[in-house]
Amino acid sequence: MEIALYSHFAQGREDSGRPLGRLRPNVVRLKDHPILEFPTGREVEFTFNGKEIEGIEGEPIAAALHAAGVRILRHSPKLGRARGFFCAIGTCSSCLMTVDGVPNVRVCTEPLKQGMVVETQEGHGHLPID
Amino acid sequence: MTQLREVDIAVVGAGPAGLAATLACGESGAATLLVDYMDAPGGQLIKQTHKFFGSERQFAGTRGIQIPAIFMERLSKMPNVALMWGANASGYYADSGVLTLEDGSKFVKVKAKRVIIATGAAEKPLAFENNDLPGVYGAGAVQTLMNVHGVKPGDRVLMVGSGNIGLIVSYQLIQAGVEVVALVEAAGCIGGYLVHAAKLRRAGVPILTSHTVVRALGEETVRGAVVAQVDQSWQVIPGSEREVACDVICLAVGLTPLVDMMWQAGCEMKYVPALGGHVPVRDENMRASNPAVYVAGDSGGVEEASSAMISGEIAGISAATSLGFEVKEADARLSRLKADLAAIRSGPTGEKICAGIKCATVCGGEW
Repeated sequence: MEIALYSHFAQGREDSGRPLGRLRPNVVRLKDHPILEFPTGREVEFTFNGKEIEGIEGEPIAAALHAAGVRILRHSPKLGRARGFFCAIGTCSSCLMTVDGVPNVRVCTEPLKQGMVVETQEGHGHLPID
Repeated sequence: MTQLREVDIAVVGAGPAGLAATLACGESGAATLLVDYMDAPGGQLIKQTHKFFGSERQFAGTRGIQIPAIFMERLSKMPNVALMWGANASGYYADSGVLTLEDGSKFVKVKAKRVIIATGAAEKPLAFENNDLPGVYGAGAVQTLMNVHGVKPGDRVLMVGSGNIGLIVSYQLIQAGVEVVALVEAAGCIGGYLVHAAKLRRAGVPILTSHTVVRALGEETVRGAVVAQVDQSWQVIPGSEREVACDVICLAVGLTPLVDMMWQAGCEMKYVPALGGHVPVRDENMRASNPAVYVAGDSGGVEEASSAMISGEIAGISAATSLGFEVKEADARLSRLKADLAAIRSGPTGEKICAGIKCATVCGGEW
């Protein structure tokens, strides 16, 4: 009985025998969905740490990065722990990045624009001073 | 020079509560300003793909994502209602009744006779080893990424928490073609509606009650998780730990009200666990201890969108009538709305909410 109930889970246990690193991020954009249709905006190019990436205009920068397989958005200032997406509504500060030279931008809500320069920031970032 | 804009009522937050409050204020003829930091209305409705329950007045049978447009159609026809998107309400100065907004590079001051705070709630974290690894996401974030932006959060998700959010988001992940490896719930039984849990069981997702996540595995991103059984005092039963391969750990362990502005406004606050954290003490018409401040929706206690729309409407009617604006059959409407709220809060899940609301309501129901 228990085996039937947890068969799905048992598969997970079996998997854990394999190196966990085998799970490759295969993060893709959804196309067919039973309920939703996703807006198809204009494709724009931006850079992430110098690397060219494509995203959809107006989507949050974090969504575009996630779709491109980027999950580490910064490292914590003190202990250097990796930080990613967490709340998606601009309240948790996990996703602060430097965008077009401005540090501490909440990329989970900041809309993507053509030509944006997105960079991971060091520590608390540096304010651009003219 | 910073402009000072004057309005009768300012509403902060355009989620279900703020939209309903604005509509009620707008109908009364009050000069009303609705502000939200996002570029579009709806708050968290924009990711709620499921059909609502309740009565027709609260849009039963309508999907959450369709509701903002219904409000907007009516609000856009009201000349006394102004809408501001992309404006972050950054402060409220109780001594002058001035609300400050950060609108791109501009700083805007709004002097409002009444302010309705409908700022919603934020995801709660859960304490376990490595809970800061990228791949540990709030359930709301997973919903936003997937339902609003059409981006899969990952391939294999471990869901933590069996309240309605955990159950619904699990089902939405499956709809999006993502595998949900298991759902863990520390309590002995599920917290949400059976109808949602049944969908998951039919899809073959194991629901592990009396289980918790002990640690996330992975160096820089989540590669798996260790789950374990807990006893009745929530302690991990040694030897029950097992590893699950997953690349996302989704936390659906509740929300906490976003009440910063209420603290700034000097409102009397109370810690009410049943409502998710600190909430403003209010009267039955949603007025806070600062008489210029009203609270609506989850920022007054975490519930869900239907009750948020009702408390928003109550706050809107009360704020407008307090300024002398005429609301047709205000008393009858308010009693009907309060009856609707009571109906939504009936049932076992509602018991806890009702106790919380009672605790957060000023003695005797009025200031």
